[in-house]
Amino acid sequence: MSAPAKTRTEPAGTGTRRGSRRRKQGIAGNALWFWVFVGPFVIGLLVFSYLPIIWSLILSFFEAYNTVTPSKFVGLQNYVDMLTDRNFLSSLGTFTIFAVFIVPLTFALSLLLALLVNQVKIARAFFRSVFFLPTACSYVVASLIWKLSIFNGVRFGLANTVLGWFGVDNIAWLSTVSPPWYWIPLITVRLWLQLGFYMILFIAGLQRISPTLYEAAYVDGAKPGWQVFRYITLPQLRATSVAVLILNLIAAYQAFDEFYNLIGNVNYARPPLVYLYGISLGQIQDLGHGSAGALILAAIIMIVTLLQSRLFGFGKAGD
Amino acid sequence: MPAHVPNAGLTRRDLLKRTGGLAALAAFTAACGGNTGRPSSGGGSGGDKVNLSQWYHQYGETGTQQAALKYAKAYTDANVTVQWTPGDYGAKLSSGLLSSKGPDVFESQLNIGMVKSNQVVALDDIMADVKDDFQPGDLATNTVDGKIYGIRMIVDPQVIYYRKSLLDKAGIKPPETLDDLIAAAKELTTNKVKGIFVGNDAGLAMGGPALWSSGGDRLTADHKPGFGTPRAAQAFGKLHQLYADKSILLGSPTDWTDPSALNQGLVAMQWIGMWAVPGMQKALGDDLGVIPFPKLDAQGKPAVYSGGWTQFVSAKSPNIDAAKKFVKWLWLDKQDFQEDWALNYGFHIPPRKSLAAKASKLQSGVAADTVKLTADYGHTDDPAWTPKMNTAYNDMLTNIVKKGADPAAEIANAEKTVNAELSRLFG
Repeated sequence: MSAPAKTRTEPAGTGTRRGSRRRKQGIAGNALWFWVFVGPFVIGLLVFSYLPIIWSLILSFFEAYNTVTPSKFVGLQNYVDMLTDRNFLSSLGTFTIFAVFIVPLTFALSLLLALLVNQVKIARAFFRSVFFLPTACSYVVASLIWKLSIFNGVRFGLANTVLGWFGVDNIAWLSTVSPPWYWIPLITVRLWLQLGFYMILFIAGLQRISPTLYEAAYVDGAKPGWQVFRYITLPQLRATSVAVLILNLIAAYQAFDEFYNLIGNVNYARPPLVYLYGISLGQIQDLGHGSAGALILAAIIMIVTLLQSRLFGFGKAGD
Repeated sequence: MPAHVPNAGLTRRDLLKRTGGLAALAAFTAACGGNTGRPSSGGGSGGDKVNLSQWYHQYGETGTQQAALKYAKAYTDANVTVQWTPGDYGAKLSSGLLSSKGPDVFESQLNIGMVKSNQVVALDDIMADVKDDFQPGDLATNTVDGKIYGIRMIVDPQVIYYRKSLLDKAGIKPPETLDDLIAAAKELTTNKVKGIFVGNDAGLAMGGPALWSSGGDRLTADHKPGFGTPRAAQAFGKLHQLYADKSILLGSPTDWTDPSALNQGLVAMQWIGMWAVPGMQKALGDDLGVIPFPKLDAQGKPAVYSGGWTQFVSAKSPNIDAAKKFVKWLWLDKQDFQEDWALNYGFHIPPRKSLAAKASKLQSGVAADTVKLTADYGHTDDPAWTPKMNTAYNDMLTNIVKKGADPAAEIANAEKTVNAELSRLFG
């Protein structure tokens, strides 16, 4: 590569060296600032994510009661125990029911909200903020509001007060197993908390669609409304839709706060994270089985996510 | 090094220095964030005194936190800081005991797992002179392999308190058997008031007393499951009947440990501890009666769960001797503080016989009745009963009570887990 023209005019042995030094200093400075900004996150990632995962992997092959130090090698026994543990399997069942409701509902409602907000002519930013605002609320706080104010089982709970106007008896929303009313607070609280986030993703997706496509569709005789949505909007939102579905399913696997705070650690509505928390970080402190369960769950999430991505062709050229 | 390499000019030494600096910074900030409850400086304001961290769960009775702080401040041989923990104290404590950042002194309930994993130290030396002044049950619940690991701070009997007026109005006598209780709860249930409140989980807290009332126990003396009898299955089935009859309050904003449901007239009876007596008396005056968990039938016996809190010294404490000295001072020597703790906020029975005998606040009314019921029918926890066994037992009860599952099948499932735990612990 030839040297830049500017350096060629400078006296030999001065400018080139000075420029090279400056460039080196600049690169060194860049590297320094790179580490200043990225370093803490890298260290955080190593210390708080990778090391615990590695340690968890080690613990999963050992007996470790009331200690994080491996005490007795048990091979794959913890994995076998977890995969035959009816409570762990039942927790996966709880997750499945939750996901069956929450994933399509979140998808449909956040898309609907995005379409509505995107069409609003005035105060669009206001509506976007209003629906996005609950995302900033803590799951714990929202769960407590749902539990204590809206869905408590006595006559002064909001839901029971409204039902009372129609002569319906009080319902113990969070304590009745048959019918399983507890799903209503569990699902509505999560919808309230996360719809706004997915709505924003869909709005971003909608704004990426070229208006010329719609114009062409109208020229070709497409009717505004369902037909345009079905043949233009939805296909153009494919990448966003797949991302929303994948994120939603992963978030459903990670359900903890609303279950723990609304219902507690009970076996009829215990998702995997609540069960694993109870085993390893709660009072049982069985970190061997807990680690094995956590790694099984991580493997399930990875496999399902990969399958989902493959099924929907996520990330392929053109997305 | 070629100029196009991005980190040209940054030698390995530089990189190590800088990442080392960042790691040190991260460690420093992490240390700043770790709240162990101990003062931040080595000596603190007390010069050469050691620092001790004492952990409590959040008591519901007003004034208890201030009292705990007052006791800590009054101790002059060490700097004692109090960590008051709202929420899931048990989980926080379990995690704290895994590391050296946990408490030096803490309250909890003993289980053999804590001893086997060397989390608590034996306190026989400081208990030697006063052992005879404690109730045998309170010593047994803190003893493993002949060593005493904790000092009982308070005894909390759990029983059924009821509104006398509501029972009188319905012409119902205080229930003596489990069938009486089921019938009374049903009779007392109206569209405004439920018969009884036993917790939003439909009565897991009564799992032990129901078993005792049938003549069973969680574990036998030779460490075998003691809840696999037909009579135990019958008792659990009765708890399901109470639930299925819709006579119990569910979905209360506060749980069974708080007297609000009874005080606010949402229920006629409530399963709760004696700690709530001052609050209930304030709200209901003399309209308050008490019964133990009723006997299953004529062959059974009423039961009272004699729960409570115990003080322990963490084996991971860097100042075990100082911690033991503080624990001895507070829970054995300072009888005025012990009396204050047991009687001036909620009501608890002082574990020391000598103190309980002169506790004037417990010598009349429902408090006196509860003390007598505890003496007659009290059961304390067996330290061999671990949290894992308890989880299996509670899952069994949930399936029986709420789902109406077959008690025999559920008992067999819980026994499997309990047997596995027993073989791990006792071989």
